[in-house]
Amino acid sequence: MSDDKKEILLEKVREFEKRTGHTVDSFPADPNNTASILNEKRHLSEPLSLEDAKKQMSARSRRGFLVGGATALIGIFGWRWMSDETKTSLYRKAFEFNEKVSQVFFRPSHLAADFPPERVTPIRTNGFEGLEQEIDLAAWTLTIAGLAGRADDLILTMADIKKLPRTEMITEFKCIEGWSTIVHWAGVKFSDFAAVYKPKTASGAPPDVAGKPEELLPYVAMSTPDEKYYVGWDMPSIMHPQTLIAYEMNGEPLRPENGAPLRIASPTKFGIKQIKRLGRIEFTSERPKDFWAEYGYDWYSGH
Amino acid sequence: MQKQLEKKHPLAIRWMHWINFPLLTMMIWSGLLIYWANQVYAIRLFGYELFKFFPQPFFDFLGIPQRLAEGMQLHFFFMWLFAVNGLIYVVYTLVSGEWRSILPVPSSLKRAPLVALHDAHIVKEKPPQGKYNDAQRIAYTAVILMGVGSVLTGLSIYKPLQLSFLTTLFGGYEWARWIHFWLTISFVLFFLVHVFQVIMAGWSNFRSMITGYDVIDAVEPKPEPAASEEAAV
Repeated sequence: MSDDKKEILLEKVREFEKRTGHTVDSFPADPNNTASILNEKRHLSEPLSLEDAKKQMSARSRRGFLVGGATALIGIFGWRWMSDETKTSLYRKAFEFNEKVSQVFFRPSHLAADFPPERVTPIRTNGFEGLEQEIDLAAWTLTIAGLAGRADDLILTMADIKKLPRTEMITEFKCIEGWSTIVHWAGVKFSDFAAVYKPKTASGAPPDVAGKPEELLPYVAMSTPDEKYYVGWDMPSIMHPQTLIAYEMNGEPLRPENGAPLRIASPTKFGIKQIKRLGRIEFTSERPKDFWAEYGYDWYSGH
Repeated sequence: MQKQLEKKHPLAIRWMHWINFPLLTMMIWSGLLIYWANQVYAIRLFGYELFKFFPQPFFDFLGIPQRLAEGMQLHFFFMWLFAVNGLIYVVYTLVSGEWRSILPVPSSLKRAPLVALHDAHIVKEKPPQGKYNDAQRIAYTAVILMGVGSVLTGLSIYKPLQLSFLTTLFGGYEWARWIHFWLTISFVLFFLVHVFQVIMAGWSNFRSMITGYDVIDAVEPKPEPAASEEAAV
């Protein structure tokens, strides 16, 4: 088509566009048409010859399909052109953004449902990283680092843990794979533990664990004794009243495959974060490394 | 025969309609990558499993196994775009008055079967048709509600503790996941019927979702110039 003709056509389109304010009621004569019941409007051009209608439509079509096609191509090729590294970093940023949004709405007072004992389901076991070696339960100890008022690590035994207040809860355990079970846990609330073994504050001032938990170091790094499995937690989730350092599951001491002698149990995060066979706890200002986050899973994995 | 151009779909609706296509595709695809890790749903009748979601060859053919992490990355990135596009669509539809073309009324239930019978060439009588007929109104409203349902069940699976009221509303974590799954299947079924109907309706109808305009047989006499001036203001 010549440029002249194109210009004439475009002029017609513009002229028509001005006239599409020409609005009529839809099917006013038909009271049984939903369109007239709801007072739908139609936007109609003036009557045109078939030829004129075709011309106008072909100009519109060209524009519409060009814009649409170009957008689709930019979308498809833009996506393909993006390297895997760019996409990975995009997803990680999305996870981190989602984490920030989650934390805005996070309230320690929001509790997960506590189920009656008859709702407890059979134990389902998954994940053996960090549990490969035999464990001598009698020789097991828990190492704590990052405590207020001391530079060295503190070593605790099971007897020390058992001295702390015992808490039981029956909560839903959710695996990142998508299944869930209901488990009866017993152990020590992490917040009770931290009230005795106080974490450092970010400023170095003496900690007020119950009153001002937001002043504590923001992260907790935990790992198995062989350090082959490790997780990182944010302080608000680990201090949630339903986060336990658990030693019993469904009325029995933890079995080795479920994390004997001590593990984390919490409805605030997926199972991948509820580390088994806990060997070391460190309060830290740096975001800790996390076993499954290194495989592309959400570091926060919080509920 | 005189023709008229009818502006059927506003620019905003067209953009949001087409943007939704890749977004919903990505949500369903990434949802499949996630679902693979716990593939528990099936159609069962009297204890017999009629169809398992999904047969192993289906997963293998699409290369789905062992991609849970990637699925979650995609799902929790595209969820924002899907939800925001859907939210703008709903707000726009309400504010612009487009809802008048999409919502059904109670008597739509009476008229909708006529559409199916007419489409199946069983009944000759044409069902009342505005921009959409009553069956379309019910379908399009339902699919919007399905979108709302997907977002809400999705949120209740994503944050079952902080949004526990929502999770409880859907009958708990397991039920929320079940509803989320079946809503997805419903989207796929909607898509198949939608594409079939668009093919049946023909090119001019399809083109109207791209250009905004459809060509129709003239329905009214040419307005007086004065009236047309007035309308333009």
